[in-house]
Amino acid sequence: MPEIKVTPLGAGQDVGRSCILVSIGGKNIMLDCGMHMGYNDDRRFPDFSYVTQNGRLTDFLDCVIISHFHLDHCGALPYMSEMVGYDGPIYMTHPTKAICPILLEDFRKITVDKKGETNFFTSQMIKDCMKKVVPLNLHQTVQVDDELEIKAYYAGHVLGAAMVYIKVGSESVVYTGDYNMTPDRHLGAAWIDKCRPDILISESTYATTIRDSKRCRERDFLKKVHESIERGGKVLIPVFALGRAQELCILLETFWERMNLKAPIYFSTGMTEKANHYYKLFITWTNQKIRKTFVQRNMFEFKHIKAFDRSYADNPGPMVVFATPGMLHAGQSLQIFKKWAGNEKNMVIMPGYCVQGTIGHKILNGQRKLEMEGRATLDVKLQVEYMSFSAHADAKGIMQLIRMAEPRNMLLVHGEAAKMEFLKGKIEQEFSIDCYMPANGETVTVKTNPSVPVDMSVNLLKREMALGGPLPDPKKPRSMHGTLIMKESSLKLVSSEQALKELGLNEHQLRFTCRVPLQDPHSDSETLHRIYTHLKSLLKGYTIQHLPDGTVMVESIVIKVSSSAEDANAKILLLSWSYQDEDLGSFLSSVLKKGLPKM
Amino acid sequence: MKLYCLSGHPTLPCNVLKFKSTTIMLDCGLDTTSVLNFLPLPLVHSPRLSKLPGWISKDGTINLEKELKECAGRVFVDSQPEFCLPEKELLDLSTIDVILISNYHCMMALPYITEHTGFTGTVYATEPTLQIGRLLMEELVNFMERVPKAQSATSWKNKDMQRLLPGPLKDAVDVWTWKRCYGIQEVNSALSRVQLVGYSQKVELFGAVQVSPLSSGYSLGSSNWIIQSHHEKVAYVSGSSLLTTHPQPMDQSSLKNSDVLILTGLTQMPTANPDGMLGEFCSNLAMTIRAGGNVLVPCYSSGVIYDLLECLYQFIDSANLGTTPFYFISPVANSSLEFSQIFAEWLCHNKQTKVYLPEPPFPHAELIQTNKLKHYPSIHGDFSSDFRQPCVVFTGHPSLRFGDVVHFMELWGKSGLNTIIFTEPDFSYLDALAPYQPLAMKCVYCPIDTRLNFHQVAKLLKEVQPLHVVCPEQYTQPPMTQSHRSDLMLELQPPPMPYRRCSVLNLPFRRRYERVYILPELAHSLVPTEVKPGVSIATVSAVLHSKDNKHTLQSVPKPPPVPPTKKRKRVMEEPPVAPKPLLSGAVPLEAFLATLQMHGITEVKVEETADGHILHLQAEDTLIQLEEDGTHIVCDNNEPLRTTLRDLVLRFLQKL
Repeated sequence: MPEIKVTPLGAGQDVGRSCILVSIGGKNIMLDCGMHMGYNDDRRFPDFSYVTQNGRLTDFLDCVIISHFHLDHCGALPYMSEMVGYDGPIYMTHPTKAICPILLEDFRKITVDKKGETNFFTSQMIKDCMKKVVPLNLHQTVQVDDELEIKAYYAGHVLGAAMVYIKVGSESVVYTGDYNMTPDRHLGAAWIDKCRPDILISESTYATTIRDSKRCRERDFLKKVHESIERGGKVLIPVFALGRAQELCILLETFWERMNLKAPIYFSTGMTEKANHYYKLFITWTNQKIRKTFVQRNMFEFKHIKAFDRSYADNPGPMVVFATPGMLHAGQSLQIFKKWAGNEKNMVIMPGYCVQGTIGHKILNGQRKLEMEGRATLDVKLQVEYMSFSAHADAKGIMQLIRMAEPRNMLLVHGEAAKMEFLKGKIEQEFSIDCYMPANGETVTVKTNPSVPVDMSVNLLKREMALGGPLPDPKKPRSMHGTLIMKESSLKLVSSEQALKELGLNEHQLRFTCRVPLQDPHSDSETLHRIYTHLKSLLKGYTIQHLPDGTVMVESIVIKVSSSAEDANAKILLLSWSYQDEDLGSFLSSVLKKGLPKM
Repeated sequence: MKLYCLSGHPTLPCNVLKFKSTTIMLDCGLDTTSVLNFLPLPLVHSPRLSKLPGWISKDGTINLEKELKECAGRVFVDSQPEFCLPEKELLDLSTIDVILISNYHCMMALPYITEHTGFTGTVYATEPTLQIGRLLMEELVNFMERVPKAQSATSWKNKDMQRLLPGPLKDAVDVWTWKRCYGIQEVNSALSRVQLVGYSQKVELFGAVQVSPLSSGYSLGSSNWIIQSHHEKVAYVSGSSLLTTHPQPMDQSSLKNSDVLILTGLTQMPTANPDGMLGEFCSNLAMTIRAGGNVLVPCYSSGVIYDLLECLYQFIDSANLGTTPFYFISPVANSSLEFSQIFAEWLCHNKQTKVYLPEPPFPHAELIQTNKLKHYPSIHGDFSSDFRQPCVVFTGHPSLRFGDVVHFMELWGKSGLNTIIFTEPDFSYLDALAPYQPLAMKCVYCPIDTRLNFHQVAKLLKEVQPLHVVCPEQYTQPPMTQSHRSDLMLELQPPPMPYRRCSVLNLPFRRRYERVYILPELAHSLVPTEVKPGVSIATVSAVLHSKDNKHTLQSVPKPPPVPPTKKRKRVMEEPPVAPKPLLSGAVPLEAFLATLQMHGITEVKVEETADGHILHLQAEDTLIQLEEDGTHIVCDNNEPLRTTLRDLVLRFLQKL
């Protein structure tokens, strides 16, 4: 029986390093190829030796699909394609294709130039890797080869984020990447049609959270920023250059405008302007409101938000700074954090999820003393706030997506084991489908039960359809009889008569004739008529005819009456039927043997 | 399968395809050439136009001076311009399930079809087609509503009047069906029915048919369509281009192996080379400016104008035009320029790559930034204060009957220094200029039509190999003015099926097979037997479920156990189970006799007949007639024996 196999190389009961292998209908697909923010060693990248011990991956993979530009989904891509070796197609949406190489280059710079690591991918490798990318449009059905097709759906997580539907024959899998089921200030909500995949592979970052309304969270966020500014504090918001950053910028920009605030807002990297430019050019990927008004007013042109310079961090007075990266694990956000951590008037707002091992994760867990490089410790006195603004689906959203897609099986990745366990229980209970949550390297095998497509002759189909009357009642099953001809790879279902003709076979007629004696004191023709009325009352829904040549026909069964020469009342009924009417013929002969009812 | 042809205009088609159980409208083009019969709508009062004499027939018997005006020997209708709509009487428009739009020029009649007709279906179009189509419709509405005309001329349409009018009014057809422009509400309502699709997206219609748009290379988001089921494929080709301009290149390979290919929207200028025209455009423009004249370019607000601006971007400096102002005037000028920059996915590879940098894909962004190109919603407002001459003005409408272009014609027409350069191929430039005669201004005609020419289409058809081609009748003969040019027509084997307005064509293919799905349980229960080497058969008895036009076959459910008390009655009513299969083969005499013997039937008298043998089972008083293609068992009153004999015969036969 056909089966689909799913093996996470990363993101199995974990967040980070998303990389999931799927084997479906003889095709092997790699979904995402990310890096882990929490590690600096080998564990940073997925273990590609699982795919093959030696040699390149090209022979083992039919395609690679990247869901969005976050490094935990694409950070290992140049390593995989250029250093391990993969020359097949890599699919991603246009915005992802545009932004992904920039983030990869940033990542490379931090790792190689700042940390001095060697044996890492080079700028040229990033370029070579991107040459293998085939851009995907939303809802376009891309034929990877004759059998494998993929289709992207809007995921709403960041600009260009996509969910992918993968189909081989009648088997299919959907991979969500990261997604968001509620529209926000700059992106729309994820959407998929009722595609009924065999497996839905979903992220589950917020598997146990049901977040309160977004308005409340936004109000809360603005209140905290406002309070901190009022008392002269500095607010640090660690973000990734693209994604939440734009969302929060729009939020603060409109708030500053409304409240007429004067405290400066800075955005830390040189990325901003470039990033905002991407948003302008890919405006079709944002939400409806922004798309509708972009000609009059482009939401990504900010008035209050200015570029940050390192020296500003020591300026007196309140300020708000957006700084990268988002988990405080390196770079400018970490530097500013170190500067401001000692003052309890200041505040850091973590707007997204932090991976284990990062400073962000530590302070969110209440750690107030941090060990820094060189045995120094850092006392954390500033306020630490966590506001979930990352555009992931919460438990409610995940359930909503399941309702949309109606999968036959569910598989959770990109989440913490304990939380997954909880969601798994809920899914199994509410939808009565199997839910899997494999660890990294563990394979889930799901048996599929595809139906067999055959070509049915239109004549036969119409004949069967007509049986149900001109407007067939969909609830009433209609029975169908035909012959399936299997020739090479073609399957044709035709009527038996047509099958005989097509195969050049002769038909063999098998007939039965049966004489039934009957005592009936009437003339032959009257007896025949009595038989006719008797059968008519007995058999509903059959064609019964009394023909002028002295026969009664029930469907194609012929009944004749003759009387013996000696006794005019001793009648002989002659029944004749073909093998095709065997059941009815045999039934009639037994009925008539019992005689006719008295008048 | 039938094709109803509602428009006779080969580049503004409107056809309806009935395919399986669906009714699909292919494009919804609006023939605007009818407006050439009307007087221009000036933006500011034009003494010249208002002084034109009314028309009275030569013998003075017909006086239509209120409705018809004469200018330079031609007669024009003095009324709000009207359009020639697609035929509405050929079929009930409310029965249309979906409308497929191929490009923004081919959707201008949409509000006439979707509004006030009972239409309840869906319209499919790509995002650029929708957005730019919306702009063009808004512009049209704006042009008309800006200069309202109280008068609506109808008397001239009277049949008895019309035939006495001078040409070309006399020869205009179906003038009673001509309609005024729709309003903005109708546009919004019509466009609210549009569902967006991406290239190669497969859209299921009622489970019966799958439609899918393919890049056609002609304009932003322009598409050809594939309409197919599992066994039949129709390709609809409309406005396609193989030239490298701004849109994504044409997808040719997906058109392969179609049963029928409907071919519309070939170039209207088969003898004009677009590149040559572009060169001529530039040199005439530069010449006029250098001589101190102005250049007027009547054009649509989207499409070729992007290519013209790109060409000028490269040309301006080399031609020393750096200080010449370029104006683009249209109520949708700004939107059109902005929208062109955000459809990276729909652009050619070169432009796509620019977005990755990130840079705007079209260089007109830079022209605007450096103030070389300025755009205005109309001649009123800011434009009048910024206006400097000599200059180049791009503005609509290309028919010269409405829009800001009318003003520039009145303004510049009298000076021989100025030049009007026609680039849009939709209107005959002589007809367009007729109500402005006599003119001193220079006229240059460089129509740029990037759509397929006959040479390209012949090559394309050779490659994609459709079984049948359907096309407008205009493509099956050389153009009237060039009747010797047999290279300007389609020559195919088998010859293409021509259509004209109001044709109904029976498309030549029969559906023979339909895709059905055998559910796994039933599939496992089938028993194949090999009848020939490599060919197996299995009889299938199943229940057919048809839902949403998808057919599935599943096992016949076992009848539920019947309560014993009711049994008798039930058996009577129950139809006999599966009808028996057909039989094939023959019953060999010797082997059959041996089998009978094994079952204790030994007294058999065999009698030879012309066609076979008659076996007389003497002990049982039963006859079996064995022939090459039939067996007849005559057996009275002994049901067990009859069934035994039946089963023995069946052993030797194949069941189908």
